[in-house]
Formats: sequence, C-alpha cells, structure tokens
Amino acid sequence: MTLLLALILLPLAGAVVVALLRGNERAAKFAALAFSLVELVLAAVAWIVYDPAGPRLQLTSSVEWIPAFDIRLSFGVDGIALVMVAVIALLTPLVLGFSWRERIPTGRTHGGFFSLLLVQQALTVAVFATTDVFVFYVLFELMLIPMYFLIGGYGGPQRQYAAVKFFLYSFLGGLIMLASVIGAYAYAARATGQGTFDWARLTQILGDAPLGVQVWIFLGFFLAFAIKAPLVPLHTWLPDAAEQAPIGVAVIVVGVLDKVGTFGFLRYSLPLAPDASQVLAPLVLVLAVLGVLYGSLQAFGQVDLKRLIAYVSIAHFGFIALGIFAFTSQAQIGSASYMVNHSIATGMLVLVIGMIIARGGSTRIDDYGGMAQVTPLLGGMLLVAGLSTLSLPGTNSFISEFLVLIGSFATRPVYTVLATLGMVLAAVYVFRLYQRVMQGPVSGNALIGAAGGPGAATDPNLLARGAENASGGAYRAGIGDLDAREIAVLAPLVVLVIVLGFYPEPMLEVITPSVEATMSEIGVTDPVTSQGGN
Amino acid sequence: MTSSFLATPAPVQAAQGPLQTNAWLMIALPLLGAVVLLLAGRRANGWGHLLGCATVIGSFVYGLALFASVGSGPAHELALYSWIPVNALQVDFGLRIDPLSLVFMLLITGVGSLIHIYSIGYMAHDQQGRSGARNTERRRFFAYLNLFVAAMLILVMGNSFVMLYLGWEGVGLASYLLIGFWQQRPSAAGAATKAFVMNRIGDVGLALAIFLLFAQLGTTQYSEVFARAGELSPGVLLAIALLLLLGACGKSGQVPLQAWLPDAMEGPTPVSALIHAATMVTAGVYLIARANPLYTLSPGGQLAVAVVGAVTLLVGCLIGCAYDDIKKVLAYSTVSQIGYMMLAVGLGPAGYALGIMHLLTHGFFKAGLFLGAGSVMHGMNDEVDMRKFGGLRRYMPITFATFGLGYLALIGFPFLSGYYSKDAIIAAAFGQSGWQGWVFGGVAVLGAALTAFYMTRLMLMTFFGERRWESLRTAGGEKFHPHESPAVMTAPMIVLAIGSVAAGLFFTSGDRLVGFLTPALGELQEGHGALPHLVIQLLTVGFAALGVLAAWMFVGRKRVAVERPQRVSLPVRVARADLYGNAFNRAMVVRPTSWLTRGLVHVDRQGVDGAVNGVAALLGGGSRGLRRWQSGFVRSYALSMLTGGVLLVAAMLTVGAP
Repeated sequence: MTLLLALILLPLAGAVVVALLRGNERAAKFAALAFSLVELVLAAVAWIVYDPAGPRLQLTSSVEWIPAFDIRLSFGVDGIALVMVAVIALLTPLVLGFSWRERIPTGRTHGGFFSLLLVQQALTVAVFATTDVFVFYVLFELMLIPMYFLIGGYGGPQRQYAAVKFFLYSFLGGLIMLASVIGAYAYAARATGQGTFDWARLTQILGDAPLGVQVWIFLGFFLAFAIKAPLVPLHTWLPDAAEQAPIGVAVIVVGVLDKVGTFGFLRYSLPLAPDASQVLAPLVLVLAVLGVLYGSLQAFGQVDLKRLIAYVSIAHFGFIALGIFAFTSQAQIGSASYMVNHSIATGMLVLVIGMIIARGGSTRIDDYGGMAQVTPLLGGMLLVAGLSTLSLPGTNSFISEFLVLIGSFATRPVYTVLATLGMVLAAVYVFRLYQRVMQGPVSGNALIGAAGGPGAATDPNLLARGAENASGGAYRAGIGDLDAREIAVLAPLVVLVIVLGFYPEPMLEVITPSVEATMSEIGVTDPVTSQGGN
Repeated sequence: MTSSFLATPAPVQAAQGPLQTNAWLMIALPLLGAVVLLLAGRRANGWGHLLGCATVIGSFVYGLALFASVGSGPAHELALYSWIPVNALQVDFGLRIDPLSLVFMLLITGVGSLIHIYSIGYMAHDQQGRSGARNTERRRFFAYLNLFVAAMLILVMGNSFVMLYLGWEGVGLASYLLIGFWQQRPSAAGAATKAFVMNRIGDVGLALAIFLLFAQLGTTQYSEVFARAGELSPGVLLAIALLLLLGACGKSGQVPLQAWLPDAMEGPTPVSALIHAATMVTAGVYLIARANPLYTLSPGGQLAVAVVGAVTLLVGCLIGCAYDDIKKVLAYSTVSQIGYMMLAVGLGPAGYALGIMHLLTHGFFKAGLFLGAGSVMHGMNDEVDMRKFGGLRRYMPITFATFGLGYLALIGFPFLSGYYSKDAIIAAAFGQSGWQGWVFGGVAVLGAALTAFYMTRLMLMTFFGERRWESLRTAGGEKFHPHESPAVMTAPMIVLAIGSVAAGLFFTSGDRLVGFLTPALGELQEGHGALPHLVIQLLTVGFAALGVLAAWMFVGRKRVAVERPQRVSLPVRVARADLYGNAFNRAMVVRPTSWLTRGLVHVDRQGVDGAVNGVAALLGGGSRGLRRWQSGFVRSYALSMLTGGVLLVAAMLTVGAP
C-alpha cells in the first residue's frame, strides 16, 4: 500500500472507530484527534518523500475497477495535489480541537460529528489524489454527502435550506461535468479506438483535439469548478453554507472544499482543453475580476460575521482564477500557492471568528464592540488573521497575491490593474471589521447584557470562567480571553502565516515543477524572462 | 540633454567583512525586541521598556560602526537568502548599504533611540488601560515602536523594490497599530483605519510600478533596474514615475492623499514625533530619491513630483494657520515641510541631495517640536488646545528653550538648521529654467512666510501672553498645574535641540552631506536662475520676518479668546475645514462606495440568489417542490444521487463501450 492510499484510508478507518465509540464521547473525541494527528504525520512524511525533481505524479497506485470502460482506481499526487493534501491534514486536527466543546444540536453527538469530519477528510484527500477522470467525478459527487450531513445535521437554524442548496448546486455542476467526462472518453475512443479515463493519456489525446470539441469539454468542467470555487454569479450557495454550517465545518468548506474547483481548473480544465482554455480565458478573467471587486464590496456590506468570511473567500477566488488564466508561471504558481495560503489565512479567520461567536453567542457584527479590551489575545489573533487576509507583506498570503498580480500583469495588464483595486477594498473590510468588533468602548448586546439572556455564551467552559472576570467591570460575565486549547489551535496557523511569508521557498519548490509541466503541456511560455519582456 | 546627466551607475560590490555581512542584525535587534515584548506577556511589564530601548540603541551603535567602516562610496549588496524565486522573478531577501541607506539608518535608529527613551517617561502614567493594566500598555507600546523601527529599516535597507514594499507596508502596519494605540477611543480607531486605507491607495501605485518594472525588465532589484533604465521607453518611464509618486503621496501625506496625516495625531505624541514627523512620512521622499535614475530620465515625472510638492507645501501652510490644536498645527507643518522635500527631489539632479538634507534637519527639529508639544501636554493634563495655554515659558523652561530652538530652526532663522536646508531648496527652485523657476521659487518663498506665521502664532499662544489656563479646569474638574517634564523626557529634547541648531551648518560645511550622498544620488547640478543667491537668501529671510511680524500683529498683540471664534472670515473657515479635503473624499469616494455596497448587497440577495432560487423552483416543479427540498427530507439527497446514477448509466450506454 502506498503512502497515498494510507492517507486516504486512515481517516476512513478513524471514522469507523470513532463511530463505534460514540457511546463514550471522551474516547470518541480523543480517538478522532489521534487519527487526525497520525494523518498529519503521514502527510509530512509524504511531503518529505515527494521529490520535486522527480516525475510529475508520485506515490502512484492503480487498481482495476470497471474494466469494460477502463476505469481504474488510480491515485498519485503532483506538487499541487500534495500541498493540498498537506493542508487538509493540517486543518482537520485544528478543526477537531476547535469543535471540542462546540454545542451540538440535541440528539446528536460529538462522536458522530467527528466521525463525519474524518469521512470528509478521506474523500477530500481522495479527490485531490485520484488520477482517473471518472473516479474524480465520482469522488467529486461523493464528497458532497458527508458535507450535506455536516451542514444539515449540525448547523444553524436554516441548516436544511443551506445544506440542500449546497448539495444541489454542487451536484448539478457535477452532472454537467459528467457530460464532459463522458465526452472526453468518447473522443478518445473515436480518436484512438480505445476509450480511457486515465488522466495522463486523456491529456495527450485531447491536447490535439479540434477546438470545437475542446470548447464543449472545457465548458462542462468549467461550470462545475466555477460553482465549487465559487465564481460570481455562481456563488450564492457559499454565504448560506458558511452562515449555517458549524464553525468547524465552515473551515473545511471555505478552506478546503472550495479548492477542488481551482484545483480542477489547473489539473483538468487547462490540460484537457488547452486551446479552449486560452480562447475562453477572457470569459474567466472577467468573472475573476468581477469576483474580486464584487466579493470585496459584499464583504464590506455584510452584517453577519460568517457571511462576511464567505464573501472574502469569493474575492480571493477571483485572484486565484485570474492567476490561473493569465498563463504565466509566476501567476499560476501564485494561484497554486494561494490555494494553500488561503486555506491557512481564511481557516484561521473562521476559527478566530468562531471563538468570538463562542463568547458572544451572536454572529451579528453589531452585537460586538471594544472586545480587545476584554480579550486582548483574541483581538491580536483577529488582527493576524486579518492581516494575512489582506495580504500584508510578511504574511503568507502576500507571496501568492503578489505572484498572481505580477505574473498576470505581464499578459493581462488591464484585468490586473482592476484586480489590484481589491487590495484597497481588502484593507477596508478587514480593518472595518476589526474596528467594529475589537475597538472603541466595550459595547454591543453580545458583550454587555444579562448572562443567560439572548446573547448568552454558548461555551459552558467560558461561562465557568466568567466569575474571575466579573470584577473587571462593565462587560458581561462569561467572557474570557483565549484558553490553552484555543491557543493550541491557533498557534500553528500564526507560525505558518509568518514563516511562509518570509520563507515560502519550500512550498514554491514543490509547486513549481507541476505548474511548469502544465504550462508546457498547453504550450505557453512566459512573456517575461530575466532579460526583460515584451 | 538627459543622457549627459546619466553618469554610469556606481558599481555595486558584494558586502565584505563581518560588519557588513551581518548588517541584518540592525533589523533583527528591534524585531527581536518586538517579538519578545509581544510574547512575554505580563512577565515583561517590569523591564519591557528597557529592552525596547536597548535594542534600538544597539541598532544605532551598529549603524554608527557600519557608517564608519563603509563611508561614502559604491553600494554594497548583501543577499541573505532567496525570498521569492519563481523562474524569471528572483527576489532576494537582500540589503543594500550605500550612502543613501546609511544616512537613513542613522536617522531612524538615532532619532528612534531618543524617542524610545522619551517614551519611558511619557508612557509611564498611561491611565488609558483598564485598572492594573498600566504597564501592560507601556510594554505593548514599546513592542509596536520596536516593530516600526525594524520595518522602517527594511524599507531603507532593502536592495529591491519588493524589499522596499515589504518595509513600506510594514511601517504602515506599525503606524496603524500606534495611531490606534488607545483603541477604546473611537476617534483613534477611526484614524488608524483611515491611515491604513489611504496608504493602501498609494501602495497600489507602488505595486503597479513594481509589476511594470518586472514586465519590462524582468527584475525588481535596484542595481539591475538602474543599470538598464535606459532601455525603458519614455512612456513607460513616465508611467513608473507617476505610479511611484502615487505611492509616495500616500505614505508622505502629500496632496491628494494628505487627509490621513492630521488624523494620525490621535496616536501618542512620541509616535507623532517618530513616525508621523521624522521618519515614516518621509519615506516618499526616500522613494523618489532612491529611484533617481528613473526620474532623471523622465522630465515629466520630475515635474509631477515638483508640482505635488509645491501644491502640498502651500496647502499644509494654509491649513496650519487655522488650527488651535497644537499637534494638528505641527502635523500640517509636517505635511508642508515634506512638500518642500518633494519639491526638491522633483527638481531632479539639482535637488535630490537637497531634499534629503532637508529631510534630515527636519527630522531633528520636527521630532524636537513634537516631543516639546508632548511635554506641554504632559504638564497640562493632555490638553492640546492652544487657546487654553499661554504664558507657559516660566513653568517649563527646558521645554520652552528646546521648543524655541526647534521653532527657530523650522522658520529658517539664520544659521540654524532649517535656514541652510530650506534656503538651498528655495535657491534650487529658483534655479529652474523658464516659468518653473519663478513658480516653484515663488511658492517656496511664500511658504516660508506662512511657516513663520503659523509657527510664531503657535509659540505666542503656548508660551507667551496671558495664562489662560488659570481660570479653566481640566476635563476632570481640577485646576491645571503646569510643570516641567522629568529628565528622561527633557534629555532627548535637549539632544534634538542641539541637532536643530547645528545640523545644518554641519551638513553644509564643505558640502559634507551632498558630497557624501553623491555616489548614490549623482552629482548635484547647480541651477542657473535669474536671481543671484544672495538675493534669494535675503528674500527668504525677509519673507519669514514678515510672517513673524504678521503673527505678532494678529495674535501677539491681542488677547486670545479661550473659546474658538465662530464668526470668522471665509478663508479661515475654508482652512479650518482642511480646504474641504475630507468633505471631498466623503462626497466623492466614501458615500458612493457605501451606496454601491448597500445596493450590491440587496442585488446579491434578491437578484442573483433570487434568480437561482427561481430557476431551482422552475426545475423542481414550482415553489412547492422547492419547499419540499428545504423541508429537510434527508432522503431527497438519495433521490438526486439515484437520478444522477441513472443519467450516468444512460449516458454511458449511448456513448457505447468499445
């Protein structure tokens, strides 16, 4: 069994164990955490084992599934898939740690919740790791099921609506993609007399396909990925899902699940339809820039903390799409690293906001004010997450955004200049958020109000610690600064934000060969060399 | 004509010897201080401020040693490691040690050390925090101040435009944190956000300039960009020059991005002295001077810089005349003095070094003036309204003396610092050919008169005249007890006063500074103006004297009303409203954006999402069907999966297996 298969099967095994332990909440929680930590170690080993100078797909394995159609359970990772697998492995234990004391709807258990999270992890790893286009489709749809239950079973008051909306959107996108998958198979069958779903062979065959064929294949994939990554105007499922999902699940949705879309652009859209990708690039670029500006303005206008994050992500996905369809190595490497850095930055932002909500019990921005005086450490964490979100130099996200923009400028200056305005808007929505929640006098229903009232804290542990703060003054009992568990959840992310901001080379080194391979497959070269461009 | 200015770029050497190859320590020391202070928590409350001072002083000492060992000469490059390596784009985490960066290193760490020491006293009694949290506040303050010094050093020591950008936004963050230091005050929080956002508008310009440089030359490193600047077409050069200027306007509070700087006075006064007077806000001037090989090739770019400088210096002066808040007057004075520096570097090879010289002398006297203002506030219960001051010279003699010397230096009193540096700029402005000489020179002389007016007004209202505070009460309902500040505060003020007096003479004797900077900025070109130098000198001193006289006529002779007169002439009203800069921004940018946002939020909910739900309802067989989806039958997902499966099999069959 390869390391990669272990990375897929381990969380599944964990999910079974945790589900069996459901009677004992404590044991179930620790078992889930243990499995996720072993998974993290395995992912680290995979990163070390992966040789950037080696073949594109590594840790490969392949088993026959449906011989009649040459469908094989093939797995293998390139640099981009590898870093995504690593990010999932990193975020899952943090999500478990965060959700340790989350209030769960009556009748449900942490064991069930954690078990589903592990299933989700296994399927998501598999989506990034498969190298069979048909299996990719199956996993793309299958992945929706645990997420449907996670949102619909454990979410907020409107959870059913949000879950169904999420499911239908993604599922319909997937069905349209299926048409393209089958189309690709059929074309291969006609062109070579032997149909295949093998990704590497399909890219070779379809690379020479006439533009008309490519356009249809491109559009099918594009719709599925544009829903998943959400590009405006196909984005409206995300704010609802983020608002209704429990915080831990929201981390997975905006941190990992969305990336399947942008990953799909890089792994499937470009190589399977290289000519169509370039011909239709302006369409994507318009949506990308629209996403940056529209998402940023929406984020600015939101009154709900969780919806705000969803729109921030939509703006960031605009940057990623811009970089992918600008067709320079800097921009595409920027986009690929943006996927990782966005997971870290936005994942941290969601977690911090979850910690705010756990204290105030409200998701409305207006219910908070001056919180940094009560919880200075939490305030600092929101600032760090915010700075990474607005891509301040010295944070991880800067590297990606800078690469995307500097790379895109060379081929698409007008789109890039427009997208660069997103930098200003990001400063506006981040600092406005910080100002309203953390600065000014302590105020807002969530912070001042009778304990146990409408804005009661949801975390019983925090309520217990309220007494020691009660002497402090005006704010409500029950609101304390970060505890050890919360610090342990956020600390790794803070370290990554700064380390990857100053020393991104280890990640760029892994990503670069895969992007370069894609570039050469589709036959484009950088306009700018070290001797200057144009 | 331009090509004759373009001396072959000075050769670049690799850093040699342990002193040069470890120059990163200068940045690492204050950065370490910041990290320790932020992580150590309450444990560091007792000694945090000492660590903060020690790291910056250590950095200053290192800077002195580096200065002594390198001296004037070619640039020394030090690549620490590969920061952003992606094919053609190779950005090193690299430093450049040359005369220009050396003078900034000394300015930043030197003035920085003095202000760190001053802050020990100034922040000792900070009552803004919650009870028992006093020293926590001071520790946090020193952490941010250390962070600022580190970022500012990166800004000036970096060897590429991307390194500059790292420091550029880093100081923006430090500035944000320090303006909003008293974050429970809504006004401070608002000012901090405003400062960062307006700076970011400028930063977009800087970022686009970097993108353009990379697209054209494939590099962002100074040495390569400057060596190959000649390959750029005039249009591209002009675009880069204007984009860099936009960045400079944001950081340096120049028109049209000046509105954040006066608001930034919400920060503690040492911050105003260090960041919003002596160092960070002069980064725009540094940027233009650093990019001098590009500007020298772009006469249009130079002209734009000079125009921005000239306009700003007048705007700053005019508004400064109308304010009663001592810190805001000094803030607009800073806006205006940076206008002089921009005007100077906008004159091209005739002015780069002069702009830097004024930047350095201004660093001394304006930092001293702000510390003096802080000392006055310290003795006056944090009061900033000059109408409530008066006759303070007897109560705080050291503050009065040091502030007075700073004042004289600023208005260009003969043989003090400002006299030399401002006079040189005015002469260079007159030295321009054609209309430019008359316009820029005339504006600069007019500015000198206005500067003398508003500063004399400030002196008279604060230190002279009637003791208006005697009949007033503090916000807490007590009497004012003005008193001199402790030695830990007055000592830095004395040092800066000495600098205000002597720096100009020191820099100019034997053209010491200009000569030192020549390898980085090129030979200083002498202008051939219509007026002889002596006439210009007499004109400048004469205009300044007129300003002093006018201030005495309008303010000194009269009683100053404690309440601000409301029935004032139109020019005063316009000046009090910041020449309607903020009103313009609100009307043209802020309000339209928030309308747009509100509209879009509505559209997103009702329009985009509504359309989606509508389509879903149609497909699902009317709204009843949709409601069934929402009603929570988990089984329905299974149904859709089944549908998908059936579709799949059907599709496979129609395509047909081989």
